[in-house]
Amino acid sequence: MEPFDFEKRVLTRRALLGSAALGGAALMSAPALADMVNLPFSGGGGERETTAAFPQKGKMILQRTRPPLLETPWETFDKGVFTPNDQFYVRWHWAGIPDSVDVNAFRLKVHGNVERELSLSLPELIKKFPPFELAAVNQCSGNSRGFFGPRVPGAEWGNGAMGNAKWRGFRLRDLLDLAGVKSGSIQVRFAGLEKPVIDGGPHFKKSLSIDHARDGEVMVAYAMNGEALPFLNGFPLRLIVPGWYATYWMKMLTDIEVLDKPDENFWTKKAYLIPDTPGANITPGQKDVKMIPINRMVPRSFFTNVATGGSIKASGPSDLRGIAFGGDCGVAKVETSIDGGASWQAAELGADEGKYGFRRWEAKISSPAAGSRLSVKVRCTNTNGLVQPDKPNWNPSGFMRNVIETVDLVAA
Amino acid sequence: MQRFAQTFGVLLAVAVLAGSASAKDTPEFKSESFELPTGDRMFTGAGADPVNNNCLTCHSAGMVLVQPKLSKTTWEGIVKKMINVYKAPVPDSDVAAIVDYLSNGPASGK
Repeated sequence: MEPFDFEKRVLTRRALLGSAALGGAALMSAPALADMVNLPFSGGGGERETTAAFPQKGKMILQRTRPPLLETPWETFDKGVFTPNDQFYVRWHWAGIPDSVDVNAFRLKVHGNVERELSLSLPELIKKFPPFELAAVNQCSGNSRGFFGPRVPGAEWGNGAMGNAKWRGFRLRDLLDLAGVKSGSIQVRFAGLEKPVIDGGPHFKKSLSIDHARDGEVMVAYAMNGEALPFLNGFPLRLIVPGWYATYWMKMLTDIEVLDKPDENFWTKKAYLIPDTPGANITPGQKDVKMIPINRMVPRSFFTNVATGGSIKASGPSDLRGIAFGGDCGVAKVETSIDGGASWQAAELGADEGKYGFRRWEAKISSPAAGSRLSVKVRCTNTNGLVQPDKPNWNPSGFMRNVIETVDLVAA
Repeated sequence: MQRFAQTFGVLLAVAVLAGSASAKDTPEFKSESFELPTGDRMFTGAGADPVNNNCLTCHSAGMVLVQPKLSKTTWEGIVKKMINVYKAPVPDSDVAAIVDYLSNGPASGK
């Protein structure tokens, strides 16, 4: 029996044209204004519907219905450092997402250049390996793409294609050790239940180097913030690659293949490439750039209680707060500036829930004159000494944005 | 700082709850079935037919309709990638019309 049911979602031309003729007008009607958000991209174009129509998800910003691209509404990040499962962002490549996972029939397979092939059920996986838990930010490579200038094609995300969760599961190393990695192994390739909807289309797979896969931090998660993973975030198992962009965090992980030669699969070799330059930054139109697979995340920090166009108190000090993360290591410091970056003041950091997670920060600014305009910046320096840049990066895929954030406020 | 303390008070309570819940090690796994929305929006206006006929097999229209203004060369590259990499079965005779629509029509970021 096939444990996974795939609905035939490939629509025929006739069905599509029929639905347009019958219901097109009603379906095209604009949603109520209250259901819209406006992502503040320079030059506009950031209007988006919100939706609560997806399973196990609350209100989300709709970037694409099929396959789903759902962005976390920004106000969620002001509530705490752990992003609720029902508002954790969603990103799929192919629409071939199963309609259900039979948890009894589900198996995680390990094969390839190993001593013993494995095919383990969920109870077996949980029983065999010691539990391992860490907090880590999962961030889309293209988070904040809509802010790129010049604009680039792709999912036009605001800043909400990221989230932080407490992941619980087991170390990938323990699983690989049980299978017995043979000498000559160089990469480990991961695949999930997601399938192409077109025959011959490249199955979504990603690889890590064998040393990275066995580093004792890369893990397989069966729980997210204390609960089973939401279906759209990778139920029942997801690969967790702390400090690395989410493209490697295979959802609905079901197949692990140890390779003794480099992965030639499209998604590893040709997709998700960045310029091999500091901050993945090049000039638009720049030629002959060496491209490499995207990898470690870089530090970022955000305001969560104020946004451009908002106001702060003209009488008495104002509290500013937000979140920060170090990227591939912890947060060393977060600083704010009210003079365009000429001088910086240290912000107070909240509890450290783990070096790969969000860290809360809070700062006070003294009262400016009523009516005055204030441009406030926030920047994070990570524990490797890397600080956010004051100029935005650019690359044709819209990857790795981490420029210092600025909000323009009015004292009232 | 009071709000800061309140926030972390709440977080601490959540952490304690999570700690006690994790004593049983595993969450509950359920074999649920889900129906995902498919997206009913269509491309509209002159020249939309080949776009609707070819592009909506793999993905809904929404993300295309919010792309920024992109050059014809860029749209050509995107359509070719759909065909050559993702194996979209687009007839040769439709390619130019699709690129024209995306460069000039309701999806052109104007």
